[in-house]
Amino acid sequence: MKSTSPSSAVLTPMVEARAINKSFGAVRVLTDVDLTVAAGEVVVLIGPSGAGKSTLCRCLNRLENVDSGVVLLDGEELPAEGRALARLRTEVGMVFQQFNLFAHKTVLQNVTLGPIRVKGLSAGDADRQARALLDRVGIADKADHYPAQLSGGQQQRAAIARALAMQPKVMLFDEPTSALDPEMVNEVLDVMVDLAREGMTMVVVTHEMGFARRAADRVVFMADGQIVEVGTPETFFTAPTTDRARDFLSKVLSH
Amino acid sequence: MDVVLRHLSAFTDGITTTLELTALSFAGALLIGVVVAALRVSPVAALRGVGTVYVETFQNTPLLVLLVLFVFGLPEVGVIFPLFTTAVIVIALYEAAYIAEAVRSGINTVSIGQAEAARALGLTFGQSLRLVILPQALRGVVQPIGNIFIALTMNTSLAAAVGVVELTSAANRVNLLEAQPIPVFVGAGLGYMVICAVAGLLTGVIERKVAIVR
Ligand SMILES: Nc1ncnc2c1ncn2[C@@H]1O[C@H](COP(=O)(O)OP(=O)(O)OP(=O)(O)O)[C@@H](O)[C@H]1O
Ligand SMILES: [Mg+2]
Repeated sequence: MKSTSPSSAVLTPMVEARAINKSFGAVRVLTDVDLTVAAGEVVVLIGPSGAGKSTLCRCLNRLENVDSGVVLLDGEELPAEGRALARLRTEVGMVFQQFNLFAHKTVLQNVTLGPIRVKGLSAGDADRQARALLDRVGIADKADHYPAQLSGGQQQRAAIARALAMQPKVMLFDEPTSALDPEMVNEVLDVMVDLAREGMTMVVVTHEMGFARRAADRVVFMADGQIVEVGTPETFFTAPTTDRARDFLSKVLSH
Repeated sequence: MDVVLRHLSAFTDGITTTLELTALSFAGALLIGVVVAALRVSPVAALRGVGTVYVETFQNTPLLVLLVLFVFGLPEVGVIFPLFTTAVIVIALYEAAYIAEAVRSGINTVSIGQAEAARALGLTFGQSLRLVILPQALRGVVQPIGNIFIALTMNTSLAAAVGVVELTSAANRVNLLEAQPIPVFVGAGLGYMVICAVAGLLTGVIERKVAIVR
């Protein structure tokens, strides 16, 4: 576990979701969800399938519109779709379960696209930055390959580098290792743990308890569109206080 | 076939005009078609509506009717273009509707995750479309667009009906002098076949060249 200074909680939270409600048609997916993430904090979202974890994650950068409630990013409210939202989104990196690398671009071009087109970096600067990031996630030698030529673990690390290239204030991960073969899970988790140690603010949907124990400051347990229990990884995994969490953990741990 | 050889310059002039008509109207159709396809997937309902009306209008009107309407209608409202220019504009507008539908089907094959990743990076809708979605969509529809090119080549013969002297019209003129319809129109037909065969080959080459590594 990493230590966050206790004072960080009293500063402006990096991410603040207040009273989020979200339905898909008649299906209520999020009900009055409040979530505050301090700068440098790592929060793991965990819970059964359909709990609304992905939806909450996607509401945090407004890939999904909320029905009611507000999302504040470093104190600034996310605006409606448009240029202002696009600008704020550059400050939130997102890593998807399916990687979603741009299939027609090389790994390097994937990483430089945002910096060049959104941030206005010169091609040379973007290139240098991208190669440094690819080196950091351990795939410098794959810069000129196309996504389909990489293993799942390499693709996901490239996707992390692409997100980091925007120098985001927060990184969102939605089940980043769920689509990976078991032997590739750790190479991705290691990159994420390093990121956490370097002080990145992170919201991570994952069932990887090892990651939660190594890197998370808090575990947020969701069920049926609500936050049911919040605790440190240690207390949550060893002594959950709610029946829902106990029930969920017994199912997950028995596997 | 010596009737064709005797009037070779009429035929080569006709083919040249057909090629110009084809190339210019195809370029226009491609441009307009991509824009209309973009309108049809726009998040703004009004723009989607404009795109739909465009496609429905031009797909549901015979090209010959459009040609006649424009050739006689434009001067009525004070717009006077050379015949050739009017024909290029009309064919481009008409074929653009088909290109737009082909491109839209290509857009639909690009996974939603690509667009989400683009938006999550902070690209605007227009940038996502231009830099991420369309480049992938277009690669997937080279073949159908090649087919539209071939149909367009054939359709340029309709310009003969409004007085553009392209290949079909040139053949017709030669036939009026020589009254040998079979060799004259076989000659013209061969001209169209050669253009289309080349287009077909090029389509295959382009398709392989731009294919995305999967
Ligand atoms: N685009 C959508 N349209 C309709 N319903 C949706 C949509 N996205 C999610 N849902 C529904 O919302 C609920 C919550 O989905 P969500 O993906 O947020 O759950 P999750 O906690 O991420 O689950 P999982 O662990 O399976 O990924 C589910 O019942 C799901 O079927
Ligand atoms: Mg999910």
